[in-house]
Amino acid sequence: MNWHTFFFLLFSLLACGFAVMVVLSSNIVRMALYLVFSLGATAGLFFLAGADFVGAMQLMIYVGGTLVLLVFGVMLTAQGPFISMKTRGGDWILAALVSGSLLALLIPASFSIREWTNAPAEAESAELAESAEPGAQPDTATRLGMGLLGVRVDKLAGAPKELQPGMSGYLLPFEIVSVHLLVVLVGAAYLARTKRRATS
Amino acid sequence: MAEFFAQYVPQWLAYLLAALIHCALLIQVVAVGALVFIWLERKVAGRIQDRLGPTRVGGKFGWLQTLADGLKLITKEDLMPEGADGLLFRLAPYISFCASFCAYFALPFSDGWVAVDLNVGVFFILAVMGLEVFGVILAGYSSASKWSLFGGMREAAQVVSYEVPMGMCVVVPVLVAGKMDLVEIGRMQEGLFTNWFIFHDPFTFITFWVYFTCALASVNRAPFDLAEAESELVAGFHTEYSGLRWSFFFMAEYGSMFAVSGLAAILFFGGWNGPLPITEWLGLKHSVHPVLGYLGNFLGMLNFIFKCCLWVTFMMWVRWTLPRLRIDQVMKTCLKYCTPIAAVMFLGAVVWTYSFPGGVTSMRKPYGERYIVASEPAPAAESPAPEAAEPEEAESEEKTASARPKQLTTAGLVSGDSRMQVATRQALEPKTLARGGH
Repeated sequence: MNWHTFFFLLFSLLACGFAVMVVLSSNIVRMALYLVFSLGATAGLFFLAGADFVGAMQLMIYVGGTLVLLVFGVMLTAQGPFISMKTRGGDWILAALVSGSLLALLIPASFSIREWTNAPAEAESAELAESAEPGAQPDTATRLGMGLLGVRVDKLAGAPKELQPGMSGYLLPFEIVSVHLLVVLVGAAYLARTKRRATS
Repeated sequence: MAEFFAQYVPQWLAYLLAALIHCALLIQVVAVGALVFIWLERKVAGRIQDRLGPTRVGGKFGWLQTLADGLKLITKEDLMPEGADGLLFRLAPYISFCASFCAYFALPFSDGWVAVDLNVGVFFILAVMGLEVFGVILAGYSSASKWSLFGGMREAAQVVSYEVPMGMCVVVPVLVAGKMDLVEIGRMQEGLFTNWFIFHDPFTFITFWVYFTCALASVNRAPFDLAEAESELVAGFHTEYSGLRWSFFFMAEYGSMFAVSGLAAILFFGGWNGPLPITEWLGLKHSVHPVLGYLGNFLGMLNFIFKCCLWVTFMMWVRWTLPRLRIDQVMKTCLKYCTPIAAVMFLGAVVWTYSFPGGVTSMRKPYGERYIVASEPAPAAESPAPEAAEPEEAESEEKTASARPKQLTTAGLVSGDSRMQVATRQALEPKTLARGGH
């Protein structure tokens, strides 16, 4: 067992443990805190896997953005000092059904990926050695950016030369998402604007 | 460093030792930095208000004052309000401190002197510093005091809004550099001070001041310190805190002040490179001799810390000069001034880097070109080494369909980064041709 395995187990235990505590807690701000720890541990898993961009994104969007807004919303709307949510029996059953079926779907899916079950030991050690030497880290951000702009640099090497300019990555989904986000922004600005009185 | 220890002790212990040394050094930066800066803040405040500041403890300038304060804080009783949410109340200072401390992992102090050489260093620092607000919000919420609650709410609103223009400002130097790796960004600005990104074009110059305003707001310093507005909210989010927990908030505040100043120093002011390339003239480089290179790096670190201290002092100057803004003025500054200016600067920088890819004056070395040229011969020299391990690696790569490339390309056997640059350039070639020879 090396440090890689140790930290993987540590982060995954933290993520799962705090996720369970989110469910069991009844105080909404404490839930948010546990969710922060759970998502933070997930970001740690991303960093461990070498996906540093996704890890930082996870911290920035989910932990730094969404949850801060959640707690902010709770503070703005709270009636009493500390809110606690009571879950009724029927809700428990419904939630257990939904989450249980999702879990039953996800576990076989994750075990069915061939590369994850029999990871070649020599590949792992080679990868560790490579990441240990300075300057040999993968340039994840550039690859992601090029992929979104329409060039899959990771697939260029094996492809025939005349096909290379046409490897158009994720340009279309990226554009669709961009336009969608713009629409959402305009809509939010429209909803949040100060209403003018009819007389003025 | 881990490789160095691995010669003497087992592998796992070597990694542990290296990690511990990194952490200890960084904690020391944060703690000693807080000690010095709190003393400095009192002296600066004193001078601005036409008095002396601390003079008695520890000799001439009162330079042990913070230590004496620290001892006092340790011996204070650790109070908690009766109605407070105990767990959150106790946890909040540590969350703030951890967030501010984690930013130092990706902050390079000199060429290559960085705990974790992250590929997305800028982004990581921004993300982690954004978490500091969570501790403040939790402190405000769990104290069961209306002053604290108001302070926390103001902080949340302010920090969430100021993250937008701050992110936009940080993007501008990243755009100029074409990298998010802080070490690489620092290396690109070596040479004369005209190579610093703040002097790259008028847009980066203005961007820096917008960045500085947003940084002030995001580390919750006056004139944006609404979360702890003494005149209205007693002490804001830390009204109910005392003793060591209270001091953790201040360590976090001074820690993140230093971190945003460090980010500014690297992104705009050349990082560890002085205004004149003195270390280069003296030949203090790793290629000459390792010890000389170490010395050059050490001078670079002093340079970097000096720049950070300069900007921290500037923050103190601002704090004791300007009055505190009202909450609507804070929001107006963010939404009506900082964000549009940052957006326009971003657009301008895009147009500028597109029209003058090598800079306007011939004084400036076209760093982009220089960078590609400099990075290209290096893999050619090291390419024979991976050749030996090629057959097994190719097999395992085919099996795992790994994205990590070490294969033959049309440009020859090159590895890693420059291979991708070559591939990228090849892929972009048809486009540039179609545009008509720009």
